Amino acid sequence: MNIYSSPLINLAIACFFILSLRGLTFPKSAHRSNILGIMGICLAISISLISIRHQFLALSAIVIGAIIGIYISQKIKLTALPQAVAAFNGLGGLAAFLISCSAVLEENSDIIDTPVSAALGIFTFSGSFIAFAKLQGLIKINFHQISQTINIGLFFILILAMLRYAYHPELIYFCILSGISFILGISVTGRIGGADMPIVIALLNATTGLDSAVIGFVINNILLITTGALIGVSGMILAYIMCQAMNRSLFSVLFNPKALQTETDVFDNDKIIKTASPADAAFIMGNARKIIIVPGYGMAVAQAQHVLKQMAMLLIKKYNVEVKFAIHPVAGRMPGHMNVLLAEADIPYEYIFGLSDINNEFSSADVAYVIGANDITNPLAKTDATSAIFGMPILDVSKSKTVLIVKRSLSFGYTGLDNPLFYADNTLMLFGDAQKVTAEIVKDLEHQ
Amino acid sequence: MDFSTELIIFILSAFIGYYIVWGITPSLHAPLMSVSNAISGIVILGAFSVLNDSPSDLISTICFLAILSASVNIFGGFAVSQRMLKMFKPHQNKGRKK
Repeated sequence: MNIYSSPLINLAIACFFILSLRGLTFPKSAHRSNILGIMGICLAISISLISIRHQFLALSAIVIGAIIGIYISQKIKLTALPQAVAAFNGLGGLAAFLISCSAVLEENSDIIDTPVSAALGIFTFSGSFIAFAKLQGLIKINFHQISQTINIGLFFILILAMLRYAYHPELIYFCILSGISFILGISVTGRIGGADMPIVIALLNATTGLDSAVIGFVINNILLITTGALIGVSGMILAYIMCQAMNRSLFSVLFNPKALQTETDVFDNDKIIKTASPADAAFIMGNARKIIIVPGYGMAVAQAQHVLKQMAMLLIKKYNVEVKFAIHPVAGRMPGHMNVLLAEADIPYEYIFGLSDINNEFSSADVAYVIGANDITNPLAKTDATSAIFGMPILDVSKSKTVLIVKRSLSFGYTGLDNPLFYADNTLMLFGDAQKVTAEIVKDLEHQ
Repeated sequence: MDFSTELIIFILSAFIGYYIVWGITPSLHAPLMSVSNAISGIVILGAFSVLNDSPSDLISTICFLAILSASVNIFGGFAVSQRMLKMFKPHQNKGRKK
């Protein structure tokens, strides 16, 4: 089971991949990282294509796949980037699973590596597609009724099936372990939603990477081992960073999502909500000295980043206001989601700050403009030990003199929690579509 | 190649990945996910390898499907990354003009 591979060429390809990831260290070198990655993978594919049998079959599969992949990637909207990444990731997992299956059918495969790669592959596949369906809005419910005991139980059965297969490599055990892993992917990912989503996406990214490495062990290919290790570690670090941003452990995210509060009876009609018109907001912002803008998933949905940039630039140039953007690590539905959108609107990097860099500046800010964000600003994380997000570091928007919140309605965030921030004395709500509201503010700012 | 050599390579590669990824700026985490996801399509080599010595039709069909989905992953992944990274680009050009 070997394809032609020269160690020197493998070394070159591995270097391409390492430099590709390294290129993402700074925005300046980011554009070259994709090109390096493409060069690496093209070299790897073409070198092995030359030497294998059934070239035509392989080549036609590649061409069809390339057409489908490029078509999908050009057709999707920018808001759909997280689910596109999830879907492509799932296909990677499916490929790894199919490879393991064919290796098993060939009947000279390794009895330890192959079941591991099959289980990881099918787990990634089913998990990614549940994540995709959730992000796409195809599945709205969370499978909370699946208790964590079932998941942990399934996990142990999976281990047992693997051990059984290692001693008696019969096809039936392979089918059992694949089936269990498939269900595990659904049940683990199915329970996770909302702000935990970036963690799941990062984690599934890690499992595909690790799976490539395991397949590398199966077919004794150094390049797969190297690349898989790189990507596996990258995904795990991302998941770890996201977990830290929410003050949760990876285990608790996977097996013990905190029980979400029921959505009934949370709204207290006695609470007073102060609303404001875009004209009021424009007046307040025009007279401010320092404004911090807090974007969230709502901005992505409404595609409000361009008009947000107009507003920021107008405030800076016409009104001499100091404007900063505050980005929470788990804002949006994938790691770095907000940064991509703000970059799309061409908002300079020097205005954009992370959670720890900007959080103590809210007390000196006149206005916090919260656009489409909810849970990442929810003070319950600090005050209510029973709430689902307790302990999660939040952006302290309430410390600024005035908080302007743009929201479509008084609905809950993804966690289903009420947000006391809405009823705070210094909060003004602007109800409406994030893009329309901001556009009206821009209009008023221009005429003021 | 024996297992221990492979394990050494795996662990050393993991260390390289560890130090690279911690250095990556948080604003580029989305492209990182996308690029690394596309690169993980390298698993396609595994399908080549099985196809290379497969006689049966069943195995060839499975390999065909594996190559197909890995190929969608690779090309789609890089195309999506390209779209993301393009957004980080124009601002730099302006910076240079200044």
